[in-house]
Amino acid sequence: MQRIHLDHSSSKSIHPQVIKIMMPYFSQKHGNPSTIYSQGHEAKEAIEDAREGVASLIGAKSNEIIFTSGATESNNLAIRGVSYRNRTKGDHLISSTIEHMSVINPLKYLGKKGFKTSYIPVDRYGTIDLEVVKKTIDNNTILASVIYANGEIGTIEPIREISEIVHSKNAYLHVDAVAAAGQIPIDVKKDNIDLLSLSSNDLYGPKGVGALYIKEGTRIQPIIYGGGQEKGLRSGSENIPGIVGMAKAAEISSRNMNNESRRLRALRDNLITGILDTIKESYLNGHPTMRLPNNVNIRFKYIEGESLILSLDMEGVSASSGSACTSKTLEPSHVLRAIGLPHEDAHGSLLFTLGSGNEEEDINYVLSILPRIVKKLRKISPLTPKSLLEDT
Amino acid sequence: MYSDKVLEHFRNPQNMGEIPNADGVGTVGNPVCGDLMTIYIKIKDNRIDDIKFKTFGCGAAIATSSMTTVLAKGKTIEEAMKITRKDVANQLGGLPPVKMHCSNLAAEGLHKAIEDYQKKVEKK
Repeated sequence: MQRIHLDHSSSKSIHPQVIKIMMPYFSQKHGNPSTIYSQGHEAKEAIEDAREGVASLIGAKSNEIIFTSGATESNNLAIRGVSYRNRTKGDHLISSTIEHMSVINPLKYLGKKGFKTSYIPVDRYGTIDLEVVKKTIDNNTILASVIYANGEIGTIEPIREISEIVHSKNAYLHVDAVAAAGQIPIDVKKDNIDLLSLSSNDLYGPKGVGALYIKEGTRIQPIIYGGGQEKGLRSGSENIPGIVGMAKAAEISSRNMNNESRRLRALRDNLITGILDTIKESYLNGHPTMRLPNNVNIRFKYIEGESLILSLDMEGVSASSGSACTSKTLEPSHVLRAIGLPHEDAHGSLLFTLGSGNEEEDINYVLSILPRIVKKLRKISPLTPKSLLEDT
Repeated sequence: MYSDKVLEHFRNPQNMGEIPNADGVGTVGNPVCGDLMTIYIKIKDNRIDDIKFKTFGCGAAIATSSMTTVLAKGKTIEEAMKITRKDVANQLGGLPPVKMHCSNLAAEGLHKAIEDYQKKVEKK
């Protein structure tokens, strides 16, 4: 049975052109850029070219890109590095209730270290409340960290408006753009963003690599100390194959973004409409229009997400859920709770994230099996009203 | 993550449904936690003559419910009261550690259903 991968936010396959360009850097081109002989130069050049490639995806300058081990490290470096470096200016940090754990947990850590943290609520579509940002920010605020678009519910945030508010108080703006990058155009200059995190795998590049854009002049200190690589902000011998691969992935993403996003949006809308039209008491999570092209998040009343995923898995489909049963913490997704869903509804969510390999026939296949799966699980559930079982 | 036996019971749950005039009904769990199950029993000559379940929850919740009903069917009340969640997990070839406590509730549901039956008998 050929599997249908609809969980691209968890993992993406690496683009063949990316693998091809990486290969020589594992063997003959194994130089360390800190050395001064010719292989070292070759490696140095490869990193600098890669910086250019990643910078162009987000409208940055190449000297504003630092390579890291992934988006988790980028988020940590941005948040902890800026907070500690600017502590003399203030100790207030702002974020939202729908951030990734690699933003929430560094902020929680800083909260224990004496910083004050505020989390801006979102509306039922997951959009950050600008009025609350205005009321919460003050002269003591040094950093706001906000997600560009949430990978779980797909909602795209009003970054430019947030940027204006944050900069009116001379605070820095960090943006986690992991889910958004490569799907929607990002311009750090137009949006006036100070720091922005990127992940390689989310662009169909290798895992274990990421980048942080740091606007020239931003006051930041490292979180990893050592030999002083990456302008002293990320010590450790550079992962050259990974960096070269990430840059190639960024370049391909930039080139294909318009067409690929248009293609995915059409598939996404077919899947959403197909589910909502055929399955009663199913509802879309996240924003109906300000939404990532690849994101479909639906909740089904009366059933639980893990059993949906298991059932889909048995029929060859990979998907995800915000249910507690699929998490390590046994809590339902904080994002689904933040948009106001009660626990029992959050448990019943199903997340499809589309990607390059998906075609219309994949969507049609899911639409052909999902109503039966939902019906079966609803039949087992004691919560399902009898009337619903009779007429579906 | 799950054993073949768990997946088998998830795919084809045994004794799923309700018993309209059940002699005992036991509900455990809470939809807020993501697991809720109800066990229905019919008693004849001190034995569990029929048993059915309904479950809202993950794969482990559905499989343990199914296995509990299989283990209990035909047993005397005393024997059924001795079925533990550990027995259920063992019969399923084990459960992931996190599922042992949150989703493996059906044995308690069975005990509750039996207690419900016993209370009804005492009242008569």
